[in-house]
Amino acid sequence: MATITLSNVSKDYGGGPVLRGIDLEIREGEFVALMGPSGCGKSTLLRLIAGLEEPGGGQIRIDGRLVNDVAPKDRDLAMVFQSYALYPHMTVRENMSFALKQRRLPQAEITRAVEAAAAKLGLTTLLERKPKALSGGQRQRVAMGRAIVRQPKAFLFDEPLSNLDARLREQMRYEIRKLHRELGATSVYVTHDQVEAMTMADRIVALNDGAIQQVGGPQDLYDTPANLFVAGFLGSPPMNFLDATLAPDGALVVEGQTLARVPPPAGPRPAGLVPGAAVTLGLRPERLALTTPTDGVPARVDLVEPTGTGQVVHLALGAQRLKLFTMGGAAWRRATPWA
Amino acid sequence: MSKTLSRTLLPRLLHALALAAFVAFALFPLFWLLKVSLTPDDLMYGEGVRLWPSRVTLDHYGAVLRHSQFPLFFRNSLIVSTATGLLATAAASAAGYAFSRFRFPGKAWVVGVMLISQMFPLVIIVAPIFRLLAPLGLTNSLTGLVVVYTAFNTPFAAFLMQSFFEAIPKDLEEAAMMDGATRFQALRRVILPLTLPGLAATGGFVFTAAWSELLFSLMLNSSAAVSTFPAGLLGFVSKFSVDFGQMMAAGVLALLPVGAFFLLIQRYLVQGLTAGAVKG
Amino acid sequence: MTRRALALKLEPYFYTAPSLLLIAAIMLVPLVTGLSYAFHDLILLDPLSGDFVGLDHFREMLDDDGFWTALRNTVVWTAVSVALQFTFGLILALLLNRPFPGRGLVQALVFLPWAVPGFLSGLTWAWLFNPVIGPLPHWLQGLGLLATPENILSDPHLALWGPIAANVWWGIPFFAITLLAALQSIPKDIYEAAAMDGAGPLLRFRRVTLPLLAPTIAITVMLRTVWVANFAELIVVMTKGGPADATQILSSYIFTLAFQRLDFGYASAVAAVLLLLLLAYAAAVMVLRHAMTERA
Repeated sequence: MATITLSNVSKDYGGGPVLRGIDLEIREGEFVALMGPSGCGKSTLLRLIAGLEEPGGGQIRIDGRLVNDVAPKDRDLAMVFQSYALYPHMTVRENMSFALKQRRLPQAEITRAVEAAAAKLGLTTLLERKPKALSGGQRQRVAMGRAIVRQPKAFLFDEPLSNLDARLREQMRYEIRKLHRELGATSVYVTHDQVEAMTMADRIVALNDGAIQQVGGPQDLYDTPANLFVAGFLGSPPMNFLDATLAPDGALVVEGQTLARVPPPAGPRPAGLVPGAAVTLGLRPERLALTTPTDGVPARVDLVEPTGTGQVVHLALGAQRLKLFTMGGAAWRRATPWA
Repeated sequence: MSKTLSRTLLPRLLHALALAAFVAFALFPLFWLLKVSLTPDDLMYGEGVRLWPSRVTLDHYGAVLRHSQFPLFFRNSLIVSTATGLLATAAASAAGYAFSRFRFPGKAWVVGVMLISQMFPLVIIVAPIFRLLAPLGLTNSLTGLVVVYTAFNTPFAAFLMQSFFEAIPKDLEEAAMMDGATRFQALRRVILPLTLPGLAATGGFVFTAAWSELLFSLMLNSSAAVSTFPAGLLGFVSKFSVDFGQMMAAGVLALLPVGAFFLLIQRYLVQGLTAGAVKG
Repeated sequence: MTRRALALKLEPYFYTAPSLLLIAAIMLVPLVTGLSYAFHDLILLDPLSGDFVGLDHFREMLDDDGFWTALRNTVVWTAVSVALQFTFGLILALLLNRPFPGRGLVQALVFLPWAVPGFLSGLTWAWLFNPVIGPLPHWLQGLGLLATPENILSDPHLALWGPIAANVWWGIPFFAITLLAALQSIPKDIYEAAAMDGAGPLLRFRRVTLPLLAPTIAITVMLRTVWVANFAELIVVMTKGGPADATQILSSYIFTLAFQRLDFGYASAVAAVLLLLLLAYAAAVMVLRHAMTERA
């Protein structure tokens, strides 16, 4: 298993930079998620690591060795594609043997390795089938089997679960994570789904607009986001962003109501945090609660979405909107305007 | 009841009739060729317009085949068309693959050059080509024809192959490259097997075009030993310009290999062009 | 630049090189040579010819009735052939677009004319039009289109229809195959949506099929037009350009000039003009297409 190091990596296709100034260190055996919206550059970054594209600038090192000039076939990395990219004219067994045959290993060893990987993924009965005779989930496993059988330095995943339905996705998340723990494999996992990133990664790399926004453990990013992007990307329902004004006494005022207070700064006051400043206040929906008419802040209920676990309550506070998540199966009636 | 019948029956009947008309139109000239080739000489003028002669004969075919040259012409055409088919398909596959997979400076120029090559009357390059090939000893030779035909057919074949490649997802090569193959190995082991129908269709198309070519075969090769079927047939026709029976028999014989081959591959042509259109 | 980066940059050129070199050597260089003859006095077999004559041939062309007749005939030949090939090819493609028992066989049979060598198609139709051994003159008389069962190829007013018939017969499969492929790539749910919106078959055709087919139609028609304009084989084989130049088109005229009159210089000049006209046509189509897609 290997370490992967990116130093000041950048990429430009001629229409503007797609990646800039990427510095990242992926440790041995770590499961790192590259997370971000479409177009943020995460797939490009993965492909640069794979060697399928050339960086415009910067260095890429695998196990300390500079690989900028090394072809994908010599980097000893395995990739699981979003569309699985299984060879349609080969059986599952042949798909999984392809890489080992390229390496000219003896047939007995190839058979052993393929059958071991198949057993691990529950593919043994499917070995002689062709991809078109497999379901989506089965194909996904074959794609992973093809990667595992090579015992590569690291695994690269390019949104492998996007084409599966919700139930299957949940199951595969668990299986991939389990596999990771068994193999101890360095893994780089690209996804736009924050749930996948949160549940699977040791560390998340949040990307937006070609630049790293924050790197850290899932809970760290959730609890202490570095900027609006990270704060708004993680969490479902997402964090509420409200326009507020900072009062002299540290109160954050939204639509005339004080919703929170800023503690006095420990060191010098950060620039921009002056009384009367317009700020953005972020509130997590699950941190809000409904209370009696005498406490709290009055707001109007627009819509209630029951989710089974709880309820997402859409509120209007003056001209602004926010969402609240409550687990209490609160027995309460609609259309009671909190005036 | 009768209303539903006429709603579904009438359109289907019209559909079938229209198709029958097209089939009749397509096959009639060939049928006529066959009919006259089987009509004995003595009935030729009297029964000229009948749909089928009262007596059939294979004499004309016998005469044509016994004519010492036709097997030779046939063999020459077969050699030239097969060689051209293979070479043009190979070159066109490489170019078509490049058009499908790569973006590179000058791509528009290359495509433009290929397009222009399809736009002028070939008649004006007969003499220059002759003067180019003569010092190389490639006039009056089958090899020279193969070289020329390959050049003529490669552009269209390249566009055909491009559309077949477009139907194959690019991540298949990438998967193979991650698995330890160079791009060329990926092309050979993974992509080409998937384009077999496309290769067959393109090869068949080039074969047909090469088989039918007349002008350069006439102009570049003068000796009968290296004449192809079209040139031979034309010479035969102008020599025996009133023996319709034999002329038609020769025509039918000229058609057989190409017709059979085309019947086999035409399905792949439509398939491949459709698939390419969907993806590209 | 690193070695690998260089190799990757050169890769596409390796793939295109074989085709490109062959085409450049066999088609482009001779094309330039051939066009250069237009500016020389070049009579084959006359060792004293070969002088540079500048634009003389082009001046000659302006006064040459044969040229103008051929030009006019080229327009008629091309327009009528392509229009008929396209219309019937489209109808055929529409007929083949829905599945029915025996479709495979019908499709194969109906595309067969394309496999017939061009000159053979010409010969066959010439024989069909010959009242001695062909039925067409008699049928045409029966239908009232001809007064007597004559060979239309000898009639200056009707002769061009002979090669046109052969050309249409031969060319329908090409359009049918291309249009069928394009039709089959239109997703079915667009039709279903239109049907739900109350559109009958004719309206669906006009509003759904035609617009989606338009790009394919434009390119195919343009390429085919250029090709047909250059296609002299049928005419040379069926009528040799006669009677009295009635069926002479520019490319067959070039053939006549070059190989009967042996005047390579003038022939090349006419060829140059033809090429220019076709390039102008192609450019006009591209510009039009661009303008139309911009508007849409």
